[in-house]
Amino acid sequence: MALTEENPGYKWVGTRPIRPDGLDKVTGKAQFGADLTLPGMLFGKVVRSPHAHARILSIDTTTAASMLGVKAVITGSDFPDLAANGAHASDIDVANNAIARDKVLYEGHVVAAVAATTRELAEAAAKAVEVSYEVLPHVLTVDEAMADNAPLLHENMITKGVEPAPDQPSNVASRIVHERGDLEQGFGEADVVIEREFTTKPVHQGYIEPHAAVADANNDGRANIWCSSQGHFAMRAYTATVLGVSQGTLKVTAAEIGGGFGGKTVIYLEPLAVRLSQRAGRPVKLVMDRDEVFRATGPTSGTRIKVKMGISNGGELTAAEVWMAFEAGAYAGSPVGAAGMTVIAAYDIPHFLVEGYDVVCNKPRVAAYRAPGAPMAAFAVESVLDELARSIDMDPIEVRLANAVVEGTQASYGPKFPRIGFVETLEAIKEHPNYTAELGPNQGRGVAAGFWFNAGMNSSATVHINENGTATVVTGSPDIGGSRQSMALMAAEELGIPYESIKPVVADTETVGFNDVTGGSRVTLATGAAVVDACRLVIEDLRARAAKTWDVEIDQVEWVDGQAQHVDGSQPPLSLSALAGKSGRTGGPISANASLNARGVGAAFSAQLCDVEVDPETGVTRVVRYLTAQDAGRAISPDYVEGQMQGGVVQGIGWGLNEEYIHDENGGMENPSFLDYRMPVASDLPMIECSIVEVPNPAHPYGVRGVGEVGIVPPMAALANAIKDATGVRLTDLPMTPIKVLEALNEQSD
Amino acid sequence: MARTHITTVINGDEVDFLAEDSTSLLNALRDEVGLTGVKEGCGTGDCGSCSILLDERVTCSCLVFAPEASGASILTVEGLADAGELHPLQQCFLEGAALQCGICTPGFLIAAKALLDKNPDPTETEIRYALAGNLCRCTGYDKIIRAVQEAAMQMREQ
Repeated sequence: MALTEENPGYKWVGTRPIRPDGLDKVTGKAQFGADLTLPGMLFGKVVRSPHAHARILSIDTTTAASMLGVKAVITGSDFPDLAANGAHASDIDVANNAIARDKVLYEGHVVAAVAATTRELAEAAAKAVEVSYEVLPHVLTVDEAMADNAPLLHENMITKGVEPAPDQPSNVASRIVHERGDLEQGFGEADVVIEREFTTKPVHQGYIEPHAAVADANNDGRANIWCSSQGHFAMRAYTATVLGVSQGTLKVTAAEIGGGFGGKTVIYLEPLAVRLSQRAGRPVKLVMDRDEVFRATGPTSGTRIKVKMGISNGGELTAAEVWMAFEAGAYAGSPVGAAGMTVIAAYDIPHFLVEGYDVVCNKPRVAAYRAPGAPMAAFAVESVLDELARSIDMDPIEVRLANAVVEGTQASYGPKFPRIGFVETLEAIKEHPNYTAELGPNQGRGVAAGFWFNAGMNSSATVHINENGTATVVTGSPDIGGSRQSMALMAAEELGIPYESIKPVVADTETVGFNDVTGGSRVTLATGAAVVDACRLVIEDLRARAAKTWDVEIDQVEWVDGQAQHVDGSQPPLSLSALAGKSGRTGGPISANASLNARGVGAAFSAQLCDVEVDPETGVTRVVRYLTAQDAGRAISPDYVEGQMQGGVVQGIGWGLNEEYIHDENGGMENPSFLDYRMPVASDLPMIECSIVEVPNPAHPYGVRGVGEVGIVPPMAALANAIKDATGVRLTDLPMTPIKVLEALNEQSD
Repeated sequence: MARTHITTVINGDEVDFLAEDSTSLLNALRDEVGLTGVKEGCGTGDCGSCSILLDERVTCSCLVFAPEASGASILTVEGLADAGELHPLQQCFLEGAALQCGICTPGFLIAAKALLDKNPDPTETEIRYALAGNLCRCTGYDKIIRAVQEAAMQMREQ
């Protein structure tokens, strides 16, 4: 059979074997962040602010430190003052978020930490730390933070990206703008113009494993850290910054990670654990409670977004104007930048203005959450697009197809798209039987699409050929959703040996070259490319050794099906195991390293179809059918591509229908538990049907596009559009709880 | 603080350990007995990651004080395989890719076993409700439900 794009003839890529780390995870052997115990280990506990905004007047640790069994108590003064040392502003923020110095900026902000011989003693000692505060007025939302005369979190914050620079400080950290064409002309060319305003609440990544770290400091200034994170090299760098030490003094080992979704790309406990261990002279374990996870980590931004779009009667988008304000939490750095880049990036619109504001407020500092910034932006734009399609009586998939970006379209954020699969993804849902399935009473159907980047960034991999011809594939990318399987599948394909002969390993910061975090949908793409490069170097070496054995030129040797073959068949083939077995006589052990900054970063698209049933008496929305189509480029590991697609959708369903941070008037979180912050459970959901679209990324050796994130971009709009279809009401405020649905239904009938 | 001597049967073996009266069974299993396959996701009985069978009843071990387990029989994920042979649920979770990060997996396996022990032929809806006390944030539950369906079928055929 001819080998084509649809039938590339792969033996391992695209198959569904059992994942390499699976057995440890179904038998309870896998070691996650909180599972390590070291001899003499102490338990730590963090002391947190009960106030949303306050000046720290004094911290008295005397009582706590004198308790029997308490071995160390630390406060902000146990860490270098980076601001006084002239450090970069972003590093100062990382340090001040890890432990407060002068002010606490949110409820849950760290003010001290203790270490003691038992869990119970550590908790008692933490309660005995006496902190005196001067409570300050606080701001919780973008509206409050941007109001005239709002209390300031940072007295010296001058808005960036505004010309001329403001002469007064504010809570607005920065402004971003993307524009093209002439808005007035664009709206003038429209037959219909629709403008809507949307609000969304902060939502948490909701990983089931709370943050955990164990540190063991030696008295020579070196320390070992074991933690669950999305990037142990990043943990090393941030921890070194906060401690004011060289990165080389810290070794970080990646524990198995119990979910992250972006929320474990930042540090919380690691520098505290190291300092406590240094002070106590013993290893220290710090583990957060779920309450602490909610109050002090993640979430992603609450937002206010205004969208105005114009369309011709023929279905051509003519103009878009977008205004967005994103909560950053306590320090600058909301994902409004990415939201600005993605908000209209799926469509070819000649005239647009996108304006965004990064706004600090007295909530926990936001962390990345799956396609950061894009889901809220898409909720707004995809809802307006649905209204526009209705207004000109056009099918919602057709209106998207008519304006979809294709290869060569100039993206709204700058570059021209290389080969992309947005049209194919929309066609996949259009052709699916779900699109024409009959709807029952009170049911409605919604369509939405989404765009997200793939990050490239830096990756390293090492491939060792063992003496028996099996291989060890070493990377430094924590495996959060099955990436060890995709590494092993690509290595098996390259080397021509069975998947089972390959052991993929995530190594510590001293055992493999640098890797950026597991995030940005980049691991199979970028770390995978490093694995492929390293395998190809190994194969080059193997061919050279075969050539030497046969006394021929290397170009007479091909690598086929895991063995060296002479091009004219004049020599019996040499298998990998044969070459490995005599490697000592052909130049020594066989291994290769590859490090790269990823090339050919792809663009990812998802299109989703959602059927809901809305109970008119209770306002409860139930998802009755869900289809997600996504361009994976090439699905190396289809099981885990589907897993990413399904997981993203269900997080989006939670975001759309249930999840939100609720704060009281003092700025305290009212629902910091899984009981009150309700994530979707199995009985809330139907099966999530997947359609994997494969339009290869031309610049990746296997055509891979990252698949981890884009699936969470469309669901909120798909739900809102389905609710509109079912009930006739348009909801613009997330989450779309039964109360809001009922209120909207009542307003409609009035 | 005084610690109580607790004798139990865990995964078929007689096991005794010491715990303070206020220590949760979860912390005792993890810290004293070393069974770290029992996971803490919330500590308030809302996520099911610490699920065990306590005298054959599926229980959040974070909601039980350690001394309450005195004389009880406990099954944790570590006891699910029989002398190295995986339980059909474990095998079906592996083959069906029913886990991503794996932190919730021990709790799901225990809750699913409790279901299949009582109801060998559950409907999809029955499975979804039986597992509604277990949170998974990675999979969207789809492959977990299918794995339990597959395991139930295999166990009925045995």
